[in-house]
Amino acid sequence: MADTSLSAPEAKLTPGLRASLPVLVLLIAGFLAPLVTVAAYAFATPKSFDVFRSFTLANFAAIVDPSNTVWTSFVWALALAFCCVAILLVICYPIASVLFVFPLFVSENVRLYGWVLFFIKNGVLDGALKWFGFSGGPELLYTPGITLFGMVYVYLPFMLFPMTLGIAMIPRDLVDAASDLGAGRLMIWREVELPLAMPGILIGALLTFVLAAGAVAEAKILGGQSVITITQDIEVAFTYAQNWPMGSALALILVLIVSGLALTAMARIDLDKILGKR
Amino acid sequence: MQTVGRTRTHFLIRAWTAFVVLAIYLPIACGALAGLSKGRYFAFPIRVFSGEWWGKTWDSFEIHVLVQNSVLIALIVTVLSVLFAFFGALAFARYPWKGRRAFQRLLLLPIFFPQPVLGLALLLWFNALGISPSWKTAVVAHLVWIVPVVTLVIAIQVFSFDPVLEEAASDLGASRLFTLRTVTLPILWPGIWSGALFAFLLSWGNFPLSLYTAGADSTIPKWLYSKMVAGYTPMVPALGTMSTLTAAALLLAGGLVRLLLKKRADLRAREG
Repeated sequence: MADTSLSAPEAKLTPGLRASLPVLVLLIAGFLAPLVTVAAYAFATPKSFDVFRSFTLANFAAIVDPSNTVWTSFVWALALAFCCVAILLVICYPIASVLFVFPLFVSENVRLYGWVLFFIKNGVLDGALKWFGFSGGPELLYTPGITLFGMVYVYLPFMLFPMTLGIAMIPRDLVDAASDLGAGRLMIWREVELPLAMPGILIGALLTFVLAAGAVAEAKILGGQSVITITQDIEVAFTYAQNWPMGSALALILVLIVSGLALTAMARIDLDKILGKR
Repeated sequence: MQTVGRTRTHFLIRAWTAFVVLAIYLPIACGALAGLSKGRYFAFPIRVFSGEWWGKTWDSFEIHVLVQNSVLIALIVTVLSVLFAFFGALAFARYPWKGRRAFQRLLLLPIFFPQPVLGLALLLWFNALGISPSWKTAVVAHLVWIVPVVTLVIAIQVFSFDPVLEEAASDLGASRLFTLRTVTLPILWPGIWSGALFAFLLSWGNFPLSLYTAGADSTIPKWLYSKMVAGYTPMVPALGTMSTLTAAALLLAGGLVRLLLKKRADLRAREG
């Protein structure tokens, strides 16, 4: 026993590895295993429950079939996510405040429903405008635009925090030095601030894109299903349609897009530095 | 010239921040209004205010069961996730070990993942294992997402912790357990407390994971959603507001306790 541990020191249980074990077990059993199950179901016979017993590409063939319009859900989900990130980058860059923590702890459906009460006929906006003598509010509910609005609203904190962390990493002295050397404000921003804040901005953009690409509550509650996002198609396949292999195939494609993005961006980021390692 | 420009920029940033904060809290205020208006249907401006729907919500047996489920799930999730995350944070930030980078990335994956898809994937997995979904499976689902978040929260505290303190204690002959109890834990308490608070509140407000993995059992956010989709009653905004106020009260109380803990930890560090 003593010999093996001497000849193979890597195999020894280091304190770090030992401390990581509980979380590792949880993530393997609660995160990786479900994803493997999804992947396995994606290759099972359509509309069956023959997981691990059949192998077919029929689900993917059905997805790429020209008569199937499920691709529009993918396009909607990704396009909305992209617009959501772009808008949030502009909204969040100048602001930093602890007041944005609290909404993280309020269910998104409660907050989205508040907007329904705001925009609905005889709701807060419509009623207030009528009270002031206007003819009433515009009909904004149940459109793709309001879906995007809801996504921007829900995912704002997820963009804000990484971005604030990133911007806090810019040393004040460096900006002052650049200014003393005669750099203009735009130049300082482009050449000094932006590159230094980039890791935080990148994490924020990535996080919001990933969450927004899988969003479903916004399209259902505010959008009134005027937009069907891909997660809703997955949900329908898993629930009403009882076509688990099809749902799994769609989920697998979404997961591959999302995790591909997450992993490439994460490879460029030094977490120790962002979280404040000394 | 430059100072004028700078003051103007500062003013614009302030105004913009105020506007966004207002927009963030506006729908929460709308919900509170709707819950306090008399009558079955919401109309603005509100003609008669009444606590009728708050009373009905408060007395409803159905709601009592929901609250019990939500509290039970959140409490179990809090205890378990702090235990998991405490060791996870040490592995994340304290020890230099070979797999640390890979561990850090793996830990982030569940956070960088759409929750509804995670919930559906877990549903499939529980089914493959032959487990029928209930509030217990919802606890597992919450843990998969909340443990990584809490680990990050505690890891931030661990990063500011000097390992030399632990080594000094062990050089002076303290046992591992004694060092943990008298050196490591007191310094990490503020982080652990924040982590626990995060865990409880995130579980309390979680909707997508509970929706797919709680089976026949319901939590507050899940019930609210089912009523939003079909069958509005003013109990929806009333219960939503109650749940939000509970979260706010917990956050405030928790923040105060954290402040005290931090003061005590600073004092101890200065004495030690």
